[in-house]
Amino acid sequence: MSTMNTVGRPTTPNTLPDNDYKHPTLTGGRGLLQDEALIFEGEGWGKTGVDLPTPKTDGSDLGDLVRRDPIGLPGLSEPEAMRHYVRLSQKNHAIDLAIYPLGSCTMKHNPRLNEKMARLAGFSDIHPLQPQSTVQGALELMDTLSHWLTTLTGMPAVALSPKAGAHGELCGLMAIRAAHEAKGEHEQRRKVLVPTSAHGTNPATAAFVGYSVVEVAQTDDGRVDVADLASKLGPDVAAIMVTNPNTCGLFERDIMEISRLTHEAGAYFYCDGANFNAIVGRVRPGDLGVDAMHINLHKTFSTPHGGGGPGAGPVVLSEALAPFAPAPWVVNTGDGYKLVEREEDEAEQAFGRLCAFQGQMGMYVRALSYMMSHGSDGLRQVAEDAVLNANYIKARLEDLMSPAFPDGPCMHEALFDDEWLKGTDITTLDFAKAMIDEGFHPMTMYFPLVVHGAMLIEPTETESKAELDRFIHAMRLLAQAAKDGDVERFKGAPFHAPMRRLDETRAARSPKLRWVKPEGSNHAA
Amino acid sequence: MRYLPLTADDREAMLAAIGAKSIDDLFVDVPESARLSAPVDLPRVAGELEVERALSAMAAKNATAGSVPFFCGAGAYKHHVPATVDHVIQRSEFLTSYTPYQPEIAQGTLQYLYEFQTQVANLTGMPVANASLYDGSTAMAEGVLMATRVTRRNKAVISGGVHPHYVRATETVVHAMGVETQVLAPAVDAEADVIAQIGPDTACVVVQTPNVFGTATDVTKIAEAAQAHGALLIVVVTEAVSMGLLKSPGEMGADIVAGEGQSIGNALNYGGPYIGLFATREKLLRQTPGRYCGETVDSDGRRGFVLTLSTREQHIRRDKATSNICTNSGLCCLAFTIHMSLLGETGLRQLALLNHEKALATRDALAAIDGVEVLTPRFFNEFAIKLPKNATDVVEQLAAQGILAGVPYSRLAPEAGLDDVLLVAATETTLDADIKILAGALAKVLAA
Amino acid sequence: MKFTTDHEWVSLDGDIATVGISAHAAEALGDVVFVETPQVGKTFAKGDSFAVVESVKAASDVYAPVSGEVVEANEALADAPETVNASPEGEGWFAKIKISDASQLDGLMDKAAYDAFLATL
Repeated sequence: MSTMNTVGRPTTPNTLPDNDYKHPTLTGGRGLLQDEALIFEGEGWGKTGVDLPTPKTDGSDLGDLVRRDPIGLPGLSEPEAMRHYVRLSQKNHAIDLAIYPLGSCTMKHNPRLNEKMARLAGFSDIHPLQPQSTVQGALELMDTLSHWLTTLTGMPAVALSPKAGAHGELCGLMAIRAAHEAKGEHEQRRKVLVPTSAHGTNPATAAFVGYSVVEVAQTDDGRVDVADLASKLGPDVAAIMVTNPNTCGLFERDIMEISRLTHEAGAYFYCDGANFNAIVGRVRPGDLGVDAMHINLHKTFSTPHGGGGPGAGPVVLSEALAPFAPAPWVVNTGDGYKLVEREEDEAEQAFGRLCAFQGQMGMYVRALSYMMSHGSDGLRQVAEDAVLNANYIKARLEDLMSPAFPDGPCMHEALFDDEWLKGTDITTLDFAKAMIDEGFHPMTMYFPLVVHGAMLIEPTETESKAELDRFIHAMRLLAQAAKDGDVERFKGAPFHAPMRRLDETRAARSPKLRWVKPEGSNHAA
Repeated sequence: MRYLPLTADDREAMLAAIGAKSIDDLFVDVPESARLSAPVDLPRVAGELEVERALSAMAAKNATAGSVPFFCGAGAYKHHVPATVDHVIQRSEFLTSYTPYQPEIAQGTLQYLYEFQTQVANLTGMPVANASLYDGSTAMAEGVLMATRVTRRNKAVISGGVHPHYVRATETVVHAMGVETQVLAPAVDAEADVIAQIGPDTACVVVQTPNVFGTATDVTKIAEAAQAHGALLIVVVTEAVSMGLLKSPGEMGADIVAGEGQSIGNALNYGGPYIGLFATREKLLRQTPGRYCGETVDSDGRRGFVLTLSTREQHIRRDKATSNICTNSGLCCLAFTIHMSLLGETGLRQLALLNHEKALATRDALAAIDGVEVLTPRFFNEFAIKLPKNATDVVEQLAAQGILAGVPYSRLAPEAGLDDVLLVAATETTLDADIKILAGALAKVLAA
Repeated sequence: MKFTTDHEWVSLDGDIATVGISAHAAEALGDVVFVETPQVGKTFAKGDSFAVVESVKAASDVYAPVSGEVVEANEALADAPETVNASPEGEGWFAKIKISDASQLDGLMDKAAYDAFLATL
């Protein structure tokens, strides 16, 4: 035998101290994760991470308008900045890491092609007020997106500019209000009917537009109580706001009856389109009698959620509401595209303008890139796979957990209540936090409000069967542990996350919303 | 389809596990008349290459700011964004995460929001700032509504120096709430007219500085007048970089700052997504719209951050919420925060001075042209000029020569009768050569 | 001390009624983080929303158990909302109201009746 290098590292872990040894690290480090100070707590006062030429003016022509006092903005060199933000990033869960089953939020894969397209200089480096002759391609993109959205929804018109779902709701209700005003009925129609299961934005928006909100009851099978709705509809009702598929993850079976009754009463049907992902390509809201519906481009059409935004919430409109759409909009003249920026110019009935400029162009590009990639056949498959995945989860968990509405299929999300946790002393919150220790982001909890201890699981179509099986396996083990009374595992969870449970009471009682220089510190600001 | 992981075999196995015969069984609740039997009439699945070609063809039809002499502003500004910014915001953990509702696994987002809030508060000179709204214009609308809640009054006095799109967006929303607006006539020094209009029924006064004509104003006197009448002063800032050179709104007595943060970290993007800055006084906190991130500790006593004060928000307050806003501008905040951290105070002040320098140089070059009158006396990086011709025509003619000369005021407000006014902006990206090209071409167009 | 079915309490001293929320309500809310007390001088009709109490995850309107004018609000709650949890039926009072109609108290429950009412919930 020839000589071998026998000097090497140990290859079995049993020479390490046992697992109970929990010496606190000096850096707060847990594996690769370190505590990261705020930028304000470093030594960056006076430092900068950009190299700029020396200005030839000192601003003295501005006299006493010039800011003299310290502003309070630390600077970081480029490597410091990179490290700071990358370290922070590692404390986040993300759809790129694992399933992110937040019901109602549609956390699906975000294709990077969309990011690449949105960054083309021809879209990202153009000014909203350039002459229209110099942005014909941008207007073409908006027109093409409009065509896709109206075709997929079976609606004749779309207002692109709303900047998020709630902004879209505002747009839809303002159009409804304008339509009633045009008919001279606004003064009498001051109520908006909203089911108890609705997203909070629905009643908030209705109130924002000056309507009083009347709640509509829900049936035992998780749908709008049509009899209750009928009894509340009347000449004083401006609109109903119904989410379909609804927030319980169910399709409103009586949707035709709901829209018929609504229209008979002279009211309009606003549909919250947050859950459009479940039906895209298979059902057109226009065929259901919808008058206005926002589409969260950051949900169904996969523009990234980005930690809470930006989103986009274009609103499709029926024939009856189309004339009231806000400025701006694009017209294909046959000889090029024209952006109508002033509602007075073309349509006297338009209700105004919702924001400066043209809305979320960057999101339009991403959404169109996503739609074109799928095509009409792919989008239909999106809805089918999203619904299939949710039903698969429901089927595989329903023996251990309690589905809120066990009868019949769900749509794109599976809703459980906390009935199955009864007697365990473990709450929905505890269960959710224990999921974190298994490497999963919890589902939506305690929403919709109509279901006790709600757990709303939306897998989306971009989870593979293998990932779903892994998730289901973990959920089953956890559920069994809960039933077996392993309370500690839940009450203390999460144990392995970057942070343990945070004290929200403390944060709310005496809010600290910014860094403030500690007393006696030498910081510049 | 490349984004859909399920195979035909998977689907079959899963349907079997569910106990369904076909996918149609899962759509039984859809009324038959509404079931589409085939894909709608749109193009079918397309590969990455095809999509890239189609979209690149559209992009290629647009004249980009970076490829031509470029002087457009009026609420959107071309600045250089360091490469680090765009790299970091595309990290999976930032790009593909949701609103940080599970703080244990969202400290990255929460901490940068806390840093963002601190930066915005310090930049605006205000005690507190929220975690952003959609953009500057919607921030202004929210500010006016908040002022009516705080003062229990119903009228907003809006200076003629405020960006007409901001005014229109605000009016559209607040009129629906029954709030009255009094919009004063546009003028380069419109702020001078404001004080006389403040009365006992005024909920708030809205002024913009630098205003839409570029004029930088000390609004201290307006703040005093408003507050003497029990009204709030809302200061609108559409060019965030200006606060690196000019007195902050807080220093001048603002009660609310509604700003556009696009200039820091964010591209022009043809108007969006942008980032609404919203800052105010501590005592008004409970009446503010939007999200806040606050400091707290975890159960081990380690510092951490959570979303807080959420009882003001729609998901809890529903029809009694201070606003219906839910989604904010998260990723744009991150871009803002990273860019601002790279700049630091030193870099920001330098950047602001460079902007001012380029604007002064542009003004000097244009002022020398026969027939051009510079209207704005004191400005940051944008000023208004009066032309002897219709400004829209002039801009179109220059655009045909590959020069984006600025924004005709009449594009924003045609009814104002200011058809000869052109708004010209310069930033650190403006080259001396571009200024020469603009001046030369403008002189020719005016002489023709 | 008398109670309403909405879990407010009222205690009368002359024509001044001190009002707050019951121990049961305070416990159900969880950690109180903010109380919006009414402005002194404002008048409320019985049943009007006159204050708001917030926990981290909930905001509840508090209804005036009697009609009258607010003569004092418990300013201490601004800095110490936790008092509502610590002493809901004592130091955690919300406001003192000069009542306009003492007979309105007649319809309210005494402690025993309120406890019996809670038992039915």
